[in-house]
Amino acid sequence: NMAVQSDVEPFLHFEVHRNWLAITHSLPVSSWYHENTSEWTLDYPPLFAWFEFGLSKVAQHFDKNMLLVENLNYASPETVMFQRLSVIFTDLVFIFAVRECSRCVQVQKVSRDILDQPSFVLSVLLLWNFGLFVVDHIHFQYNGFLFGFLLLSVAKHLQSEHLQGALLFSILLNLKHIYLYVAPAYGVYLLRDYCFTRDVKDGSIGWRSFSLLRLLVLGGIVVSVFTLSVGPFLVMGQLPQVLSRLFPFKRGLCHAYWAPNIWALYNILDKVLVVLGVRLKLLQEAELPRASMTGGLVQEFQHSVLPSISPATTLFCTLLSILPAVVSIWRRPRGARGFLRCLLLCALGSFMFGWHVHEKAVLLVILPLSILAVESREDAGIFLLLSTTGHYSLFPLLHTPAELLIKVCLMLMFTTFSFTALRRLHRGKGSLLRPLEVFYLLGLVAVAIACEVVFPLSPWKHRLPFLPLLVTSVYCSVGVCYSFLRLYLSLWRSDCKAKQGGVKS
Amino acid sequence: MTYTGNANWFQNSLTEHFLAFVFSQKGYFFLTRVMQTWSLVSICVLLGVVVRWGVSLNSYSGAQKPPMFGDYEAQRHWQEVTYNLPVQEWYFNNTDNDLNYWGLDYPPLTAYHSWICAYIAKIINPEWVELHRSRGYESPAHKLFMRTTVLVADVLIYIPAVVLYCLYLADGSSKKKVSTLFCFLLYPGLILIDHGHFQYNGVSLGFALWGVLALGLGWDALGSMAFSLALNYKQMELYHALPFFCYLLGKCVKDGLMGRGLFLLVRIAATVLATFALCWLPFLSDPSQALQVVRRIFPVGRGLFEDKVANTWCSLNTLIKIRSILSGDFQLYLSFALTILAVLPSSIRLLTKPTFWNFKLALVNSSLAFFLFSYQVHEKSILLVALPICLLLNDLPFTSAWFLQASTFSMLPLFLKDGLLVPYAVTSAAFLLLSICLLSVLDHCSEEEMELCTYKKLLFCHPKMDLACIVRWKFYISIAAMAGLSILSVALEPPRHLPDLFPVLVSTIAFLHFLGTFIHFNILQFSKLPSRKRQKKNN
Repeated sequence: NMAVQSDVEPFLHFEVHRNWLAITHSLPVSSWYHENTSEWTLDYPPLFAWFEFGLSKVAQHFDKNMLLVENLNYASPETVMFQRLSVIFTDLVFIFAVRECSRCVQVQKVSRDILDQPSFVLSVLLLWNFGLFVVDHIHFQYNGFLFGFLLLSVAKHLQSEHLQGALLFSILLNLKHIYLYVAPAYGVYLLRDYCFTRDVKDGSIGWRSFSLLRLLVLGGIVVSVFTLSVGPFLVMGQLPQVLSRLFPFKRGLCHAYWAPNIWALYNILDKVLVVLGVRLKLLQEAELPRASMTGGLVQEFQHSVLPSISPATTLFCTLLSILPAVVSIWRRPRGARGFLRCLLLCALGSFMFGWHVHEKAVLLVILPLSILAVESREDAGIFLLLSTTGHYSLFPLLHTPAELLIKVCLMLMFTTFSFTALRRLHRGKGSLLRPLEVFYLLGLVAVAIACEVVFPLSPWKHRLPFLPLLVTSVYCSVGVCYSFLRLYLSLWRSDCKAKQGGVKS
Repeated sequence: MTYTGNANWFQNSLTEHFLAFVFSQKGYFFLTRVMQTWSLVSICVLLGVVVRWGVSLNSYSGAQKPPMFGDYEAQRHWQEVTYNLPVQEWYFNNTDNDLNYWGLDYPPLTAYHSWICAYIAKIINPEWVELHRSRGYESPAHKLFMRTTVLVADVLIYIPAVVLYCLYLADGSSKKKVSTLFCFLLYPGLILIDHGHFQYNGVSLGFALWGVLALGLGWDALGSMAFSLALNYKQMELYHALPFFCYLLGKCVKDGLMGRGLFLLVRIAATVLATFALCWLPFLSDPSQALQVVRRIFPVGRGLFEDKVANTWCSLNTLIKIRSILSGDFQLYLSFALTILAVLPSSIRLLTKPTFWNFKLALVNSSLAFFLFSYQVHEKSILLVALPICLLLNDLPFTSAWFLQASTFSMLPLFLKDGLLVPYAVTSAAFLLLSICLLSVLDHCSEEEMELCTYKKLLFCHPKMDLACIVRWKFYISIAAMAGLSILSVALEPPRHLPDLFPVLVSTIAFLHFLGTFIHFNILQFSKLPSRKRQKKNN
């Protein structure tokens, strides 16, 4: 069912991965993290480099020239074909993971109609996910492969195969380190639910039931995976170099296009205050730092009125935002589903407050949330809100006129399906969204029309080229923040329920 | 006063009833069901649009191949000609209009369409339609524009007709209707030709489909008007003309030629004449004008067939070199006579039994007969057969899906020439998968459902012999052969003394499929209708 993708035109973004193929193919391991001919240096963890190394062995049968490091921006038809096919084939991991996930879904009533089966709806929500499709098959990345590992590990936890889950997650961490964001959820959950075998009757922790053996096995798995991946570089004494590639704090607070998070709101507030200050003669225009807004370059953005944000501040905010969730599953574990909720909160919290967040990171929340959405009403509402907003915020990724139709149609398709299917699954008890939320989502249509159709035809196009991006990210960040709050609310509610019941699921 | 009061009261009570209905349990379920069907339909349509657009990002016919380019340049050239020259000169050869370079050879409606497109092109970028100087113009922006015009035409004419047909004239549960719609919209042949190769078949086929739709719903005059428009867009729609004519005439005769039937006949005739007159209005003032248009539309001098077409003549040509044996005129008469002979049975049957079911079968038979036997057939003309076959997707899923697959395959050499290999492979594989999953094609091939009982009588088979099993195996073998030949013709160089080996093989295999389908559907039309399903259809 991923048939359309190979018809779509290639884009320059895949140059990054071509370069990595070339680096891993033609250079010795010791210079992988030192090579800097291209500006797109290798900045993923070692296992991903090995993955590219494996791909390059296949790639040489397609076109040898793409494996030369000096061949910058090389894109022969064979190269494009190979790259696209590699994404499609590695997506098999994702498909397998979806199958495992849809097996774990709880079914209340058996129905003959395929649209009434939560497992079917879940598979479609995951496989046809608009964001993943756009980012992987049009924009070009290997997210399907990586999310395959994440979902597989979640599925293993849902099936109570904790060791396999832990193994998969530590592999995932060594493939792409962005998943560090959800590591707290994994750590706490495994420690609390796996290493402590029993709870006291009132649900609080049973200190006596601690199993050292389990902790050792768990630690052994994690350490061995890390040794395999980082070990060679540690021996070569390159660890600082690898780390400096993996965590480039020289980039700015926000990406060129602001991801729809709290900092987008912060930036716009700053901008509004500046404009107001100048209007009211409280500020002198000459004294202000030359804040160019983010006009397409990755650079430091200086705030004029509000205090500037440092990486440490964002780290602190992130930790603060995920703390309640982590504490909650420590105090009252609610099984794998409680863990999943905590994972979502970690992912969304770091998306909201993190340093230099990419808009694509919102998929880290949307995909796992699909599992909860087919099971509970409350989550279905959050899913509809967050997926629609988050997916819309990906629109600026595709900006050529030829892609306009594709993104609009795909988005409408996915949104129509998710609304229809989820409403059908949770029918009978009123609507999933509150009137204000529906109003907000309708506003998204207006924003889309204004940004994609009206703006390019208006005279502002040349004076304020960044305006649509700004409007999009600010409007979407409202929705994302709101979803974050609603997700916390649902955690708090289930907390209360657990307290009343006193028994965990 | 009383009148408005009445109207108000009427309105209020209507609203009240409506609200009561909506808020009652039954009404709620009804509404959600309707909304679900429509949301599924909209997903189908959106996917159809995405696939069309995805294919259109690929290459087109004659891209960067001077001096003649291809169909893309032909359409652009027509825009240039129609925009810059007065109507009287469109079809005439003169210094500004070189008919040897993609001269207009389609009926007036096509010309008007080009003219409208040219106006829009002029607004966006005047260079695109500048007389003489725009010849061979190609640019990414222009490609985007041309592709958009095709998509717009599809969305306005073809897709709505398909949606309405599947929702109102296909029977079965709403899920079955949606599945049929899905496959209908994703038929690869039409998508690849219109959005890949570049043509506007969606318009003429769409009008024809509107005609079928209107006839199916009983609006005969509207149907004949839609079909006249189709004819005026593309003369190839004549392939469908005979069934339309016979069905309507048969209906009039059934109603009694002295009473209501006569009235109906007059009404239809008047509609057709009026539509034609409107379309040809600028050319009617001068008989020489009209004659010239007709001469351009029916070029008799172009030979029995071109390239490799999967019809009788081209396939015979591998055995006997017909074109060198027979004189040009004789070829024309021979093909004419054979075509008439092939069309006659189904038409007569339709004339005597003008049911909608017979009409659909006759559409297939007539267009296939024309494709197989008539003069100057293009490989793309198979789309005219594919349309009525698509109409039968719901009733005969197995046979239809098989034929549609073969028809896409028959155009393989063309796709390879245009650089459309990847979209061809992807859309065909997707269509095969879809038809197997959604229409559950393979479950629908019991003897009864494929109407094979007649064969048993015809061939004096042993009653225990399982024809369905044989047919299923034939299907597997044919799919394997098509896939294998597709791969071979891409991967292998043909031997030097047989440069056309693969195209000839493709067209011969496709011809065998088409001939088989032709015979099967003719037998189907003459066989009795045993199943209960057909009885219902007869009413």
